[in-house]
Amino acid sequence: MTLKTLPSLPPSTEKLNFKKFLRSMWRQRWLYFLMAPTLIYFVVFKYGPLWNAQIAFKDFKPLLGVMGSPWVGFKHFETFINSFYFTELMTNTIIFSVAKLLLGLPIAVICAIALHETWLVKYRTFVQTMIYLPHFLSWVIMFGVLLVILSPGNGLLNAIIEKFGGEPIPFLTSPDYFRWVVILSDIWKETGWSTILYLAALLAISPDLYEAAAVDGATPLQRIWYISLPGILPVIVLVTLLRMGHILEAGFNQIFVLYSVPVYSVGDILDTWVYRQGVLQFQFSLATAVGFFKGAIGLVLIMVSNRIAKRLAQQSIY
Amino acid sequence: MLHSKTRDAMLFQIVLAIFLTIILLIILIPFWRVIVTAFIPLDIYTREGVPFFLSPTKWSFEAFRQLLGHSMFPRAAWNSVVITLLGTAISLFLTIPLAYGLSTRTLPGRKLIMTLILFTYLFSPGLIPVYLLITGMKLTNNYLAIILPPAVSVYNTLVMMSFFEGLPEELKDAARIDGANELQVLWHIILPLSKPILLTIGLFYAVFFWNEFFTPLLYLNDNNLMPLPVLLRNILISASFNEYVEYNAFSSSSIESLKAAGVLITMIPMLLIYPWIQRYFTKGTLVGGVKE
Repeated sequence: MTLKTLPSLPPSTEKLNFKKFLRSMWRQRWLYFLMAPTLIYFVVFKYGPLWNAQIAFKDFKPLLGVMGSPWVGFKHFETFINSFYFTELMTNTIIFSVAKLLLGLPIAVICAIALHETWLVKYRTFVQTMIYLPHFLSWVIMFGVLLVILSPGNGLLNAIIEKFGGEPIPFLTSPDYFRWVVILSDIWKETGWSTILYLAALLAISPDLYEAAAVDGATPLQRIWYISLPGILPVIVLVTLLRMGHILEAGFNQIFVLYSVPVYSVGDILDTWVYRQGVLQFQFSLATAVGFFKGAIGLVLIMVSNRIAKRLAQQSIY
Repeated sequence: MLHSKTRDAMLFQIVLAIFLTIILLIILIPFWRVIVTAFIPLDIYTREGVPFFLSPTKWSFEAFRQLLGHSMFPRAAWNSVVITLLGTAISLFLTIPLAYGLSTRTLPGRKLIMTLILFTYLFSPGLIPVYLLITGMKLTNNYLAIILPPAVSVYNTLVMMSFFEGLPEELKDAARIDGANELQVLWHIILPLSKPILLTIGLFYAVFFWNEFFTPLLYLNDNNLMPLPVLLRNILISASFNEYVEYNAFSSSSIESLKAAGVLITMIPMLLIYPWIQRYFTKGTLVGGVKE
C-alpha cells in the first residue's frame, strides 16, 4: 500500500503488478468464458450501431456501404437545425414530455396519498390492482380502447357530446385535440403504475411522526401537508430530475400508433420523424444525424440530472 | 372536541373512498365500453348504436367466432408466443452471466466492462444505425431481428447484479474451495438462490416481447410471421381488413365489434398471468428504484 505513494516505482515492480494482474485474470478465466457470449453480443448489437452512426457525418449510399461513403462533416446537422421542421419537432417533443410529467406527477402523488390514507384495506388492494393494469398493455391495445371512447361514430365521449347537442369531434385526427389525446392517454395508462414509488416512500415514513401528529390533534389535511408530503418530497424531486434527463423521449410507441397525416404538425416528434425520413424516405444520413443529435443531448441531460440528483438525495439511478 | 375530531376523520375517509371510486371508474369504464362493443349483437347495434349497459342474456359471441374462425388470429397468437418465449430465453441466457460477472468485485477489468455497458445505456444514436445493422445482417423476416437488438437491457442487468451482490460471499467461497469453477458456482449455488429475481427479470422481458409491435412491423414483411399486436393494429386501422377477417355485406357483426373483440383477445393472455406479473413487477421496480 505504501509503495503506491512513492514518487517513482522501480520498473521491476510495474512488471510484477502486470504479471499479478494477468495471473488474477487467468484465475477468473471461467468467468470471462461465461461472459463471452454477452460481451460479443454487446460488441455486435450495441457497438455495431454506434459504428454505423458515423453515417451521420457522411453521405451514406447503400452501394458504397458505411465505410465507403464520403465524409461531409456536420452538413446534415446544419440541414436539420436550419430547416423549418426543427422548431416544430423540438416543440412537439418537449411539449409532450413536459406536459406528461407536469400533469401526471401531481395526479400520481394525490392517488398515492389517497391509497395510503384510506382505511379500506381490501378496497385499496383492488383499486391498486386495477390502476396498475394499463401499464402492462401495449399501445396498440390502448389505441383500440381509445377508438371505443373517442371515435366520432360510436365513441363514448362523442355519444355524450351529441346527447348534449354538440357536434362529434374527431379527437384522434383533429390538430386541435390531438396533443391532449396523447398527454391524457399517457396519464391514464401510466399514472397508476407510477404511484408505487410514492407509496413505497409513504410507507417508509416513520409511524412515530403520525402518532405524534395524532396526539397533537392534527387534522387529516394537516397530517398530509406537514408529514406525508415532506416525507416523499425527495422521491418527487428525484423522479422529476430523472424524467428531465429523458425529456427528448416523448413516447415513440404511443405516438407512432396514434398519429396520422392530419396531425403530423402537432404530433410529430423527433423519433417518428427519424423513422419516416430514414426508413420510408431513405434519407439515412439525415435521419441518423437527427438521432445522433437527440442521443447527444440526451446523454448530457442524463449526466447533469443524475449529478444533481446524486447531490440532492445521495441517490442515483442510471 | 373528541367527537368532532372523529367526525372529521370519518368525513375524510368518505371523501377518500369517493375519490378512489372515481379513479377506479376512470380506469374501468373504457374497458367496460370495449366489452359491450365486442359482445353487442348486430341487430341492436344497427338499431341503437352502442348502449352503456347490455344485458348479458343478449351477449353475442359472433365477433369472436368470426375473428378466431379465420386462420390469421390463431397463427398470430402462436407467433406472439414463439417470440415471447424465445426472446425471454435468449435475454436471460445473455443477461445472467453478465450480471453475475459484474457482481464479482474482484474480476479484473470489471470497471471497464461496466463503463462500456453503461455507455450504451446512456447514449443511443437512434433507430437508423440499428436498422442498417439488422438489414445488413439479412435478418429481415427473422424473429432474431426483433429479439436481438433489445435482448439485454442494461437496467435489468443492474437490478439482477445488485441481487447477486446481496448473496452471502461465503457460499461461493465454500464452493470454490471445494474446487468448483465459476460455471458450477453459478449453476449450483447462485441460480437456485435467485429464483425470485430470475422470475422478475424474466417477466420484465416477457411482457416487453409480448407487447412489441414496432420492430415486427419494421422487420417482418411476411404476414404469416406477424405477431398479435401487429395484426390488431392492422385491424384497428382497417388496413386490408378482408385479409384477416371474413368481412362482407353479410357479416353477422359490425366492424366496431370486430375491432373491440380483437382488443379483448389480445388482452386476455396478459390478464391471465397478471396476478403474478403484478406481484413480481412491484418487487422488481422497487429493487431498481431504491438501488444504492
